[in-house]
Amino acid sequence: MKGLTKDRLWAIAVLTPSLLLLGIFVYGFIARTVYVSFTDWGNDPAQALALNPIIKWVGFANYQELFTGFLQGRFRQEMVSTIFFTVFFILGCLGLGLGLALALDRNPKGEALWRTIFLFPMSLSFIVTGTIWRWMLQPQGGVNQFPTAVGAPASTFGWLSSTDSIWKFDWNLLPIITAVVVAIVMGVLAYRAFASGQRTRTIVAGASAAVLLLWAIFIAPNLKMLPAPELHGFNLALIGIIIAAVWQMSGYTMALYLAGLRGIPEELREAARVDGANEIDMYRRVVFPLLSPITLSAMIILGHISLKIFDLVYAMAGPDNTFASVPALNMYLTSFRQNQFALGAAIGTILLILVAFIIVPYLSSQFRTEESH
Amino acid sequence: MTTSIPTAATAKPPATAPRKSIGRPGLYIVLIVAALFFLLPIYLLFATALKSPDAINLATTWRWPAALNWASFSEAWAKIGGNLGNSLFLAVVATLLAAMMGSLNGYALAKWKFKGANTVFALMLFGMFIPYQAVLIPLFQFIKALGLYGTIWGLILAHVVYGLPITTLIFRNFYADVPDALVEAATIDGAGFWQIYRRVIFPISIPGFVVVIIWEFTQVWNEFLFAATLTNTDAQPVTYALSQLSGGQAVSWNLPMAGAILAALPTLLVYILLGRYFVRGLLAGSVKG
Repeated sequence: MKGLTKDRLWAIAVLTPSLLLLGIFVYGFIARTVYVSFTDWGNDPAQALALNPIIKWVGFANYQELFTGFLQGRFRQEMVSTIFFTVFFILGCLGLGLGLALALDRNPKGEALWRTIFLFPMSLSFIVTGTIWRWMLQPQGGVNQFPTAVGAPASTFGWLSSTDSIWKFDWNLLPIITAVVVAIVMGVLAYRAFASGQRTRTIVAGASAAVLLLWAIFIAPNLKMLPAPELHGFNLALIGIIIAAVWQMSGYTMALYLAGLRGIPEELREAARVDGANEIDMYRRVVFPLLSPITLSAMIILGHISLKIFDLVYAMAGPDNTFASVPALNMYLTSFRQNQFALGAAIGTILLILVAFIIVPYLSSQFRTEESH
Repeated sequence: MTTSIPTAATAKPPATAPRKSIGRPGLYIVLIVAALFFLLPIYLLFATALKSPDAINLATTWRWPAALNWASFSEAWAKIGGNLGNSLFLAVVATLLAAMMGSLNGYALAKWKFKGANTVFALMLFGMFIPYQAVLIPLFQFIKALGLYGTIWGLILAHVVYGLPITTLIFRNFYADVPDALVEAATIDGAGFWQIYRRVIFPISIPGFVVVIIWEFTQVWNEFLFAATLTNTDAQPVTYALSQLSGGQAVSWNLPMAGAILAALPTLLVYILLGRYFVRGLLAGSVKG
């Protein structure tokens, strides 16, 4: 079945419209967004919506503005927020999802009903979820009334209105923090390569770790991104949104883990028991290692959802709550409320780079394993 | 699914039901607590939607309404009924187009492998993961240039194109399980690309179509970013209308709650009735190329 037969040409012909459309709508539009992000389109409001706007090439000025500009503190806080959001969202979904899957794997009565209950939020729109949870998290009602059920005074936590934040750090330290974190990762990689006897890898990883550390110690402290310290941290107003997001998405990890647990042959567990492993050992030595590929794909899928999340934040906190905002929301507001298209395109590009870091290795590894079959 | 396992925690595990150590009551307590977490918001949703505006009081949030106020739903319907119609039209048309194209793409990729087919497929799949913020400005300009800005057709175009990766993915994996021998036998009988699709592939595609249609319908129905960017008042889908309904502070809460129920009902019904296929679409989203 090799060679270009008529049928194979038909196959290519059938694919062509989709490829053209995706070529334009994905790759063409991304290229265009990146181009726009290097211009000044919209920085002058008069030119933003002009029929033939005068657009100048400004290089990395928009990116510089976002990371170091006086007016863009909101964006920097959002970058920090989205990282915290992603970490807690993934941890919440993995923990709850795994717990539910392990519970359902014990074959409780009415297993199908339980599963339906845990999974139904997946079928809702983030806007619907946001509307419900916004009401749940009103300052004097909903969740804050829970303590009164046991006679305690109602909680007064401002779920969505809090302006407090914890784990604050100076934005100027960001390059150092990044360098140290990457250096630590590289150091671990170097150690593991050393342990398994791969010499080139040990040297490359070890050397980059050393260079990064030296840079962080000697050069980075003299760099100033901002003239004055600017503190960013984990805004408490995000907690409620994270809970709502976990409410919506943990059913997904449950379904993934449950499919994985069902795929583990009973003989394997049996063998572990015969070897004298108790239940906890059996999970630790047999079940969890077999589930780890699932954990990895769940982290990737949830991570990219989390970086893109926008509608839930919009529905819960509204567009103007800077304490509960994310770059994806900022991009929409900057581009389509303020018509600052170039700045919006720069935020869009940054989001794309963040997502690509997660997705590209994933896609290429998926296809590499397939081709080796 | 429900096997008869002794429920007493102290009972010695019999050989047929070895997976027990926390004990059954503990298991059910965990399940009930989890179910409360998932269902309490829904209770509050209905309790609030069925209250009259003057009965809504933060201190009595959790109380079931003394008198049921069904008028919330007719009021909400008056505000977002038209948008529900828009969403229905949008979701049905976009889903059918994306499913049809996805089926042909999947067939071409799975059964007529050509050189570089996997690379082409991976490049297509990337479109499913991108943050749409990274294409939003050119998309907006493009739709405007086509004269489709503000119409439902511009939105349909966007949803069909960005729906292609997932529909292609699901169908490709579905057809990969169809034995090649079937296709080869048909080739020997002299059938070509289209005849094989019509006589062999399409007739066994129903489960694939069910999965794809349910998944894509849910996605399109629930989508918000394109809805907020590409349409104006007349063509807005229900997600956008709902966000406007609940955004204002002046509105009494029974209205957005009733609106949320109306907006959630179609996808929720699909999920409850056809949950098995919904889950398959869900799992297909995690690639497994």
